Amino acid sequence: MDFTTDDLKALFAALAARMKAERDGLCALDGVIGDADHGIAMEQGMAAASDAVAALTEGTLQDHFNAAAKGFLNAVGASSGPLYATALLRAGKAAGPRPAMPRTEGPLLIVAMAEGIQTRGKAELGHKTMLDAWLPAANAAQAGASFVEIVAAADAGAAATADMIATLGRAARLGERSRGHRDPGAVSAAMIIAEFARAFA
Amino acid sequence: MTETQKLINDGNRAVDEMLAGIAAAHPHHVARLDHAPRAIIARHGPRPGKVAIVVGGGSGHEPTFLGYVGKGLADACAVGNVFASPPPQPAVDAAMAVHGGAGVLFLYGNYAGDVMNFDMASELLEMEGIEARTVLTTDDVASAPAGERDKRRGVAGNVFIFKAAGAAADLMMPLDEVVRVAHHANARTYTMGVALSACSLPQTRRPNFDLPAGQMEIGMGIHGEPGVRRGPLLPANAVADEMLDAILAEMKADPGDEVAVLVNSLGATPLMELYILNARVAERLAAAGLKVHVTLVGPYCTSLEMAGASITLMHLDDELKRLLDHPCDCAMFRAG
Repeated sequence: MDFTTDDLKALFAALAARMKAERDGLCALDGVIGDADHGIAMEQGMAAASDAVAALTEGTLQDHFNAAAKGFLNAVGASSGPLYATALLRAGKAAGPRPAMPRTEGPLLIVAMAEGIQTRGKAELGHKTMLDAWLPAANAAQAGASFVEIVAAADAGAAATADMIATLGRAARLGERSRGHRDPGAVSAAMIIAEFARAFA
Repeated sequence: MTETQKLINDGNRAVDEMLAGIAAAHPHHVARLDHAPRAIIARHGPRPGKVAIVVGGGSGHEPTFLGYVGKGLADACAVGNVFASPPPQPAVDAAMAVHGGAGVLFLYGNYAGDVMNFDMASELLEMEGIEARTVLTTDDVASAPAGERDKRRGVAGNVFIFKAAGAAADLMMPLDEVVRVAHHANARTYTMGVALSACSLPQTRRPNFDLPAGQMEIGMGIHGEPGVRRGPLLPANAVADEMLDAILAEMKADPGDEVAVLVNSLGATPLMELYILNARVAERLAAAGLKVHVTLVGPYCTSLEMAGASITLMHLDDELKRLLDHPCDCAMFRAG
C-alpha cells in the first residue's frame, strides 16, 4: 500500500501529539543549555503544521508538505521555524506532485530534510545541533538502511551531542559548560525521525 | 522551584497583550496591520521614494524594537515570541506596508534565528520584486574578539545604529547609501553589559540562569548569554571602569574626538544606579580628552526583569553626529 496524503495527515497529527507529550522534557533539556523554550516551539510548530495539512481537502503530497512548512514557520520563527520549514519544503519536493508514493521511498524524505536543514542553518556535524541527529539518519538512509537502522542512527547522533561543545545558536554561549548535556534540537529531531519511521512502516 | 512573580495573564498571550497595550498607548505614532498582528508600522514617515527601514527581533527587549518605530527612525518592525525571532511573514507584511519603491533595509541584531528568518523574508520580498538588503548590528564587545566582529551580538547600540540609518533614509538617501551608513554606524558602536540577576520568560517563569547573590557577570548578553568574567559585585565605578576599559581599548579615539553615550538598564536597574554609572563614564571620558555630544540614560534595550546595565559608546564623526541630531519622533524615543 502506497503512502497517501491521508497517511501524511496522520503523520503530522502524530508529530503534533508527540511534541505536545515531550514538551516539558524538551524544555527542561533546553533549560540546561538554552532559554528553555525549545519544547514550546516544537509543540507550537508541529501543532500548526498538523492543523495546516488537516485543513486541506485536496492536493498532492508536495502541497501537504508545503502547507505544513508554512504553518510551522508562521507559528514559530526562532531558529527551529526556518530550519523545519526548509526541511518540510525539501521533503515536499522529494515526495513530488503526486497523491501517493511508494513506502520504500520514505527514507529519501529523511535525506531531503537533512539537506534542507544543513542548507538553511549552515551547521556541520559535531556542532551540537539538530543536524547531529539528522545527518547520521540521512547518511544511513542514503546507504540504503532500513527505517529501524535510520532511527538508531538518529538516536545515536542525538546521544552523542552530550559529548560536544556547542558552537552555534543560543547554546554556543556556554562553550565548555554545554558539554555533558544532549542538544534539545537533536533530541527532538530523533523523535521526529522515529515518527516518520512509524508512519512509513 | 518557585515561579517568578509577573503581572501577566497567560504566558502564551503575553506578547500579543503587550502589543494591544502599545497600540492603545501610541495611536499617533504606530499602527498594527490587521493581517499581521506582530508587525507594527509607523503612522508618519513611510513615503514614496524613501528607503524603508524595517527592524525587528524577539520580544522582551522593549522599547527595542517597537519604541523606535516612527518618523525619522524605523518605518516598521516585526517582533517574535520572547527572545525568539519573528517568522518571515510579519517582516514581509511590515515591509510591504511601508516600502516606498526605493528598497527595504532590514536592520537587526546578529542572532542565528533572526538571520535565518530575515533572510527568508528578504527572499520572499525579492520574489515580489522589492529590493531588500540586510545589515546586522554587532556592537557587543564581550561576545567575540575584535578580529571576529561579524560574530558579535547586536545589543543596546542598536539605538544609535538604527537612529543613524533611519535619519539617512529620512533624508532620502538611496538604498546603497543607507546601507553604507548602517555599516559605518555599526562599525563605530561599542557596547558592554553587566548582569546582577537573571530574567525569566513569561512562559517558564523560572530564572534563565543562575547568578548567586553578591555576584555579577560582566559582558553578559541580553538573553542571559554568559559574559567574560563572573565575580563579586563591585562598586559602580569599578564596574564602569572595567566596561569602559574594554570599549576604549577598541575604539582608539584621539583626544578631541566626540562620542555619543548610552547608559542602558537591562530592565530592573533603576535610574539612580544608571546615573551613578554615567557620572563615572563622564569623568573617564573627560580624562581621556573625549567630548560627549549626547548622553542617553534609561531603559533602551532591556532583558525583561534582568538587573544590570550596559554602556555604549558611538565614536562620532561629522556624518554620524549630523544623523544622530536629525529629528525623529517615535513612540518611545524623540530627537531633534
